[in-house]
Formats: sequence, C-alpha cells, structure tokens
Amino acid sequence: MPRVDTHREPMPKLEPSARRETFEEVAVGYEQATAEHEASRCILCPRQPCVGGCPVGVDIPQFVKALREKDMPAAVRILKSKNSLPGICGRVCPQESQCERQCVIGKLGAPIAIGRLERYVADWEMAHGPVAAAAPTSSQPSGKRVAVVGSGPAGLTASADLAKSGHQVTIFESLHTPGGVLAYGIPEFRLPQRIVKTEVEYVCSLGVEMRLNWVVGKTITIDEILSDGYQAVFLGTGAGLPQFLNLPGENYGGIYSSNEFLTRINLMKAYLFPSYRTPINIGQVVAVIGGGNVAMDSARCALRSGAREVYLVYRRSRTEMPAREEEIENALEEGVIFKLLTNPRKFLGNDQGQVTGMECVEMELGEPDQSGRRRPVVKPGSEFVMKVDTVVVAVGTTPHPLVPSTTPGLTVSAHGTIAADEGSGQTTRPAVWAGGDATTGSATVISAMGAGRRAAAAIDHYLRKGTGG
Amino acid sequence: MHRILRKEDLTPSVHLLEIEAPAIARKAKAGQFVMVRLDEAGERIPLTLADWAPQAGSITLVFLEVGRETNMLAKLCAGDYLTDVAGPLGQPTHIEKFGTVVCVGGGVGVAAIAPIARSMNEAGNRVVSIMGARSSNLLFWEDRLKSVSHEFIVITDDGSHGRHGVVTQPLKEVLERAPGPDRVIAIGPAVMMKFCALTARPFSVKTIVSLNPIMVDGTGMCGSCRVSVAGQTRFACLDGPDFDAQDVDWDLLLNRLRTYADKEKQALEMWRRQCASAPAREGESSGHAQG
Repeated sequence: MPRVDTHREPMPKLEPSARRETFEEVAVGYEQATAEHEASRCILCPRQPCVGGCPVGVDIPQFVKALREKDMPAAVRILKSKNSLPGICGRVCPQESQCERQCVIGKLGAPIAIGRLERYVADWEMAHGPVAAAAPTSSQPSGKRVAVVGSGPAGLTASADLAKSGHQVTIFESLHTPGGVLAYGIPEFRLPQRIVKTEVEYVCSLGVEMRLNWVVGKTITIDEILSDGYQAVFLGTGAGLPQFLNLPGENYGGIYSSNEFLTRINLMKAYLFPSYRTPINIGQVVAVIGGGNVAMDSARCALRSGAREVYLVYRRSRTEMPAREEEIENALEEGVIFKLLTNPRKFLGNDQGQVTGMECVEMELGEPDQSGRRRPVVKPGSEFVMKVDTVVVAVGTTPHPLVPSTTPGLTVSAHGTIAADEGSGQTTRPAVWAGGDATTGSATVISAMGAGRRAAAAIDHYLRKGTGG
Repeated sequence: MHRILRKEDLTPSVHLLEIEAPAIARKAKAGQFVMVRLDEAGERIPLTLADWAPQAGSITLVFLEVGRETNMLAKLCAGDYLTDVAGPLGQPTHIEKFGTVVCVGGGVGVAAIAPIARSMNEAGNRVVSIMGARSSNLLFWEDRLKSVSHEFIVITDDGSHGRHGVVTQPLKEVLERAPGPDRVIAIGPAVMMKFCALTARPFSVKTIVSLNPIMVDGTGMCGSCRVSVAGQTRFACLDGPDFDAQDVDWDLLLNRLRTYADKEKQALEMWRRQCASAPAREGESSGHAQG
C-alpha cells in the first residue's frame, strides 16, 4: 500500500493585484490532472466519516472514486443524486468545518479537498452538457401540489427532492431573479451568476415551476395558496431583514446595510453603472462593520468598485471572526485593512446629510460570553474618529416578518425565526413546513439545503400517507 | 413579463400605463405600490397604484418623467412589455368612516390620492379634495378626483387654472372651519408634504402622508427606504408608505432622496445624448432596444 499523500493540491487563484479590477471568479478551479491527483489521495476508507459530515449526505468516496477513474458522467450522477446544487456548494460550503473536517487524511495532514473536487465535477458537467440520470429520477406522479416559498438554497433543494418524488412543485420567489441569497448576496467573484442560473435551470428541468415577483404575504398569502389546490407548503424564506447598529447618525446617506450594498452590486449590477441603471455611491474610503462572510464579501466588492481604502471594522479579534479562513485570507490578500477590536459609537455627517466619519472606540477582550467567545469591552478613553465616505453595516440579518405576520397559526420565536421541528421542519401550522435561515437565523447554504431535504422527505411522507395518495 | 394594455399622456411629462397584472389587481388596495423593472439592465423603481381592475386583471400606474428610468418608461407604448412588476407592496392606507377627510394631492401625487379619496368616499366620509400643480399644463384627473369629492379645490402656483397659490393655503382654510376635518391625507413632493404637516400641526388633526424614499427591493430586504418616524427608524416599504406626518423627520427624508442626485444627472444626460444620436422611429418604441 502506497504511503498516504498528505499534501493537497492548491486551488489556482487570480493574482491579488489583478482582482481589484475585476468581478471575475477568484478561485479558478482545478485542471483535470490536479483534480485526478487530488482524488487519488483519498484512501476510500470503509467508515467514510466525510459522508456523515455532509448535511445532505453526498456519497463522497464514490464520486471521488469515479473522478479518479475518469468516469465523469458517473461522478456527476453520484453527486447529483444527493446534491442538486453541486456547483454552488463546491464554491460556498464551509467544507473545512463539515465533510473535510471528518476526513481521516486530515489527521495526518491536509484533508482531501472535497469541496474543490465537487466543484470540478459540477463544472465538468456545465462544460460538457447535462449528464442523463442513471435511473429515472421521477417517481410516479403523485397528483399532489406543493408550494415552495423562496428560491434560495433551502427552497431549491426541497423543490428538487419533491419533484423527484413525483409531486408538482411551484416556487414563489419575491425577487425578479431566482436564487435568494445566492443571487442577491454572494458576489460574482465567489459564485458566478452563470453557476446559479445553470443549477436553478436544472431544478426547473425536474418539472418545478418558478414564479418570479410573487411576494408571498402580499401577492398571495399562505391561506390562499392552501385553498388554491396546494396540499403542502415549504417556507424557505431565509433571513433577509437587515440589522442595523442603532447608533446616532446611522441614516446618513452613504451608510448601507450589507443587504442593500450587495443587492445593488450583485443583483442589480451597480458596478456596471451607467450601462446597468442602478447606482451606488462608493467613496474613496469605505468602512465595513462586521466580521462574517458577508462583511468580507462587502469589503471585497468595495475594493473592486473603485474604493481607494477599505477598512474592515470588527469589535473582537481575528480569532473570533465568524468568516471562513479562506475568505479572510482573500480579503487580506486583496488589501482590505483590518481594524480589529474597534467599535463604532456614532456616525458623523455633513450638512447634505452624507456620512463623513465614524467615531470609534477601541475594545479589549474580557470574559467569555454566552457564545463562548471573549466579550469585547470598551477601553476607556480610546475614542477616535475615522474619516470615511461610505459605510456598510454587515452585522447580521434576521428572518423576514412578511410570511409569519400574514399566516395565522404560524408561531415565531422572539428572534423572529419560524418555530419548526428540527428534524422534519414541521411548523405549528398544519400542512406548512419550514427550513433554512428562516428557522435558524443566518447560517450556511448547506445547512439550509439539509433542512430543505429533511422537510421534503417529511412532506413526501405526509402527502403519500396523509390523504391516501 | 407584463403587457402594457394602454398608454395615455396625462400631461407632456406625466404618463399613465395600464398593465396586465392579474395577481396584483386582485389584491391591490388604496395606498399600496408596486416595484417595476423595465428591462434586464433596469433599476427597480417604486410606483404607486393609481388604479386597478380585478376583473380585467390590470393595474394602472402614473408617473412623472424625472430621471432616466422614468424617461425610458415614457417611451413605451401599448403592446410593449415591462420585464418585472411585483406587488402590491406596503401597508394599505387606513380607510374608515372618520367624518370629514381632506385629501391633498400635489403634482403626480394626484394619481396616488385619487384611489384614497374614492375609498374614503365609499367608506362614508365627506371628502374635501385639494389638488395642486405648478401650472395648468401639469394638471390631470381633475374630473376623476372631483367625482369622488363632496368639495373640490384646484390651485396652481401661477394661477393659470383654479385658485392662485399653493395647496397649504386652502388646506389652512379648511382646517380653520368649525367643525374642522377629522383627518388629512397629503400626497405629493416631499416638500409639499412637509409643509402640509406644518400647516396642520396647530389644529391637532391626524395628518397622514405617503413617503417616497429611494427603494431597491421594496419588500423590506435592503433598508434603503429607512425613514425616521417619532425617533424610530422604519422601513417605508414594509411599515409604510403611510406615516403620521407630525412624526416624520423631513430633513432626513429630503437628504436621503438626494443621495444619488449626481449619478441620476449623469445617467439622464447620457440617455438624452443616446436619444439625440439615435432617435426612435416614429410610432416605434425604443425602450427595450436601448436596454
């Protein structure tokens, strides 16, 4: 038996200096030879702990094996039988804390780059044309209709699974483009829109109907959907309501929520203004407040949109940052300046009502708080002013109130999340399930997909058993 | 895609589009709005619902040509399509039998006040409508508003039609009557609404305005439309657009409305240059082709 190879193939990336000029994807993707070599490092261990680390249970060793045996159609089929959005997951999943974390090779060196291999397989299919499913994917039509609210990761996964189980699925999406956070939130340089489009088209090809510009709670209510011939509803409405800091001056012009900033840039393509007609104001000096992936995305968007200096202002230290290490590294490489242990106290503006500065304080870390992270406390007498032209507030989002407030019988927690059974996603309202950020608050794409899958299984069970279908 | 069923030029710069949108027409209520995106490169812009016909499955939008987007919209004709229309959004105007209700509509705000005046009338109120514009050539829907009003006053800044002056003058007169009105609703440019609020303040009569901040999604997702009302930050798209006029931070609203003034000017100039170098053939719409 050959010795275990503990060195993973690095991901080829655009040069940091080139990235400031372009929204093109930073991670270029493996070549065939590097992908096959990376796949060959897998020892196909019998316990396959990686599968247990995947929220949607992808049969990882089997697709990796097919890849290294150069049977790409088989690799595609194995991957897509469990994951309808592999090109998306291969790019944005935090594999380091999921499948790759469980990899036995990881105990000796670098774990198998499962995410990069997943992406390679998905991209291969996009380049070579759709691979036909091995077995018919659709069961017998059940004659049942299911409404899915929201076309983000949870809704797309639930829809694909329900369609494969033979149900007629309609997605109600409030925006003009499908994908939810994949379309409005994650920037082109991390997740190209053509990938989202291709994988949404794949879900629709399973027979799912996509209704855009349907704002559930306004255009139609859950009650109306249920009395209009749908037997079940899945709510994948995400966590789209932006949080602000509630500091003085926060409504000055030039202060954006990360949702607005990213929506203008990603969904509306404001970086192509005036050819695309949505404007955005990005000044010389931009401050992004927050330490998560959304803060990194915002900072990196600002750099690419012409800002001279971009500061990331975070009240704890780098260790506590919730962003993925890879995204922190990318942001630093591109020249984002981290101002750690710093917290804004108020915003300053000019007589036109536009932001000009930010009064901040320095912080130090005290005792651990409820989250287990050391609590930042203000360093007395440390006030100072940062001059800024643009501010992006990226301190999190909460679930949107529109559906809960218009759906009798749906219970919501104090944090605005929809109360749902953790296993099945069943809500307090009969025939209504929920999953993803709508029930957990802001989390990851793959955990939302896992919730969509579990709810789809519960809905399928309900529809087949419930009314004798 | 939403087909334009009818286009009417209400004034040289105010246009009406009747659009096929059955799902929205079924749910629309006075005071609500829709988000419109003209084509793939377009902005999402909020437009108040001026009318709707559930049976016909259509909605009516009225807009003033101000920036590039509304100038492009004005080039469309019956038979053309709007790429996206979403709604009805926002909270409907609170309609009930209050007694006497004054409805003030200024400029293009007349289109937004008309369905509210009608609903107030249907709810059994005595409706006093005040309609204002800079000049007679900017007035529209006079008959329509008059037909749902018990009392009707029209006023122009230059005196070219109706009374000479601004809407706050007749508003003050109506407020001074005994008994005074039970509610005032004012819709128009932000400055007009601000002065209606100031005019009504000494009379302690509930005064409602419909705010028009910049929006992106229009569903509560972005916070671009945040306004300060009674010291609280509210989202006009979700909590509004109607708010108590006395609680609104008008300077904040006016400042935020100016956020993209430079970019809007640049875009409009670019659009005008494009139009000048490639004029649309007569009778043909250029809206989509320019996108």
